Amino acid sequence: MSMLTMTGVHAHYGAIHALRGVDLTVEQGEIVTLIGANGAGKSTLMMTLFGQPKASEGSIQFQGQNLLKVSTHQIARQGIALVPEGRRIFQRMTVLENLQMGSSFADPVHYQDDLQRMYQMFPILAQRLTQRAGTLSGGEQQMLAIARALMSRPQLLLLDEPSLGLAPLYIRQVFRIIKELNETWGMTILLVEQNAHHALRVAHRGYVLQHGAIVLAGTGKDLLENPQVRAAYLESGAHA
Amino acid sequence: MGQFIQQLINGLTLGAVYGLIALGYTMVYGIIGMINFAHGDIYMVSAIISVTALTLMSAFGISSVPLVLALVLIIAIAFTSVYGWAVERTAYRPLRNASRLAPLISAIGMSIFLQNMVQVTQGARVKPVPTLMPGGIELFTHAGFSVHLAYTQIMICVITVVLMVAFTGLITRTSFGRQQRACEQDRTMASLLGIDVDKTISYTFMLGAALAAVAGVMVTVYYGVVDFSIGFVAGIKAFTAAVLGGVGSLPGAMLGGVLIGLIESYWSAYLSPEYKDVATFAILILVLMFRPSGLLGRPEVEKV
Repeated sequence: MSMLTMTGVHAHYGAIHALRGVDLTVEQGEIVTLIGANGAGKSTLMMTLFGQPKASEGSIQFQGQNLLKVSTHQIARQGIALVPEGRRIFQRMTVLENLQMGSSFADPVHYQDDLQRMYQMFPILAQRLTQRAGTLSGGEQQMLAIARALMSRPQLLLLDEPSLGLAPLYIRQVFRIIKELNETWGMTILLVEQNAHHALRVAHRGYVLQHGAIVLAGTGKDLLENPQVRAAYLESGAHA
Repeated sequence: MGQFIQQLINGLTLGAVYGLIALGYTMVYGIIGMINFAHGDIYMVSAIISVTALTLMSAFGISSVPLVLALVLIIAIAFTSVYGWAVERTAYRPLRNASRLAPLISAIGMSIFLQNMVQVTQGARVKPVPTLMPGGIELFTHAGFSVHLAYTQIMICVITVVLMVAFTGLITRTSFGRQQRACEQDRTMASLLGIDVDKTISYTFMLGAALAAVAGVMVTVYYGVVDFSIGFVAGIKAFTAAVLGGVGSLPGAMLGGVLIGLIESYWSAYLSPEYKDVATFAILILVLMFRPSGLLGRPEVEKV
């Protein structure tokens, strides 16, 4: 059984028909990437998993449970964590408080260990624990957003454009972290990226989303070599 | 000199009450971005409840002052919190996604409803209560003016300081406080981290009502008379305090409350007691015109 299965999912954002029958699966231990142009519905797809907006048609199963009947905060407590587009860290809280927010509903037994792991993975955060998160640089905020999501001990980690707007140094670090999370922690990851080149190289499988529908699916390698993908997302697109 | 000190004491006492009510305005504004115009009436409801509780206690023959005070506080806080919860649940939550004006109108409606409900069920007449803590300390006499510190004033200031310290601890140091602040900054993100936003908003209303409840009890004990209409003016003054301190800022609400209390009491003493309300509302207008973010508030520019 797949960890996450979306079948024929439709979703509307106001008057916009943002998802038009999406079929997508994520298996345990995989990195799956979703690439597509601006406005193709990538972020909507991730938010629809959380019921914001609610899918108007189709089904979403996570670990065998139907997510359509569950409210947003309950879905988050099932073990799905999102690093949202634009990071959305709590600017007026300290770095430590942001991490604590992540662990709000995790088993407190693991709290200290998890915190130590975050300090190891993101040494910059350990140095700034008492600093207001809003004063961090964009790259540091991205690290904080990832760490905050990990503090909830998710089974499935959703990353929405984690490299957007970052300096090349941080972009490389983000993709290194994604690989490390998957290989050493066995974390299952669904990654949305405009940076298709990087994303397809790190992913096991990928989907191409166009106008709210999946138009192409395959392994990361296949998609990298696919002429359509190359023409649309790799050659013209900016990749660092 | 004597009068100056006396008005300082009176002003601080009054300011403590305004500060406690202002906290409720500011917290609710912080989390759902609306001014809860029924908040003053929540405070009035608490004052009426404490009149009933005081009457019951004397009927049962409970006469130990600390015990009576503690019981009245507990009863008032319990009932008033339920009122706070119910107001949010019935008048504001259904309008959560409506235009900004809708919950505001609903709040005014709720305020009128509460006043009329109390007027109909409790009668319109002023309700006197026997003095709970008579007497006080005479501090000193200067040029024929004796400065007097009533026990009730000491009680009000002590309870307020204790409450504000405890409340600040709750918001800044506990996990509930963190979740409350998270909802204030980004409700969607908070829910994506597993926080039940509706529940947090309910608790915020209950907390604000509980603080107003304490203010209601203290005013009942201090002045000895209450009626169904006291919520309106006290509410608007506490609102002014919240605006002066910076709406959304908790230390600002406390500071604003104390300042409004002091201004009112000095104005009454040296200028004109009849026009003390004018002073408060002139401040409201001036702050809104020249410093809308208040003394401790943050400017409205926020990065998206």
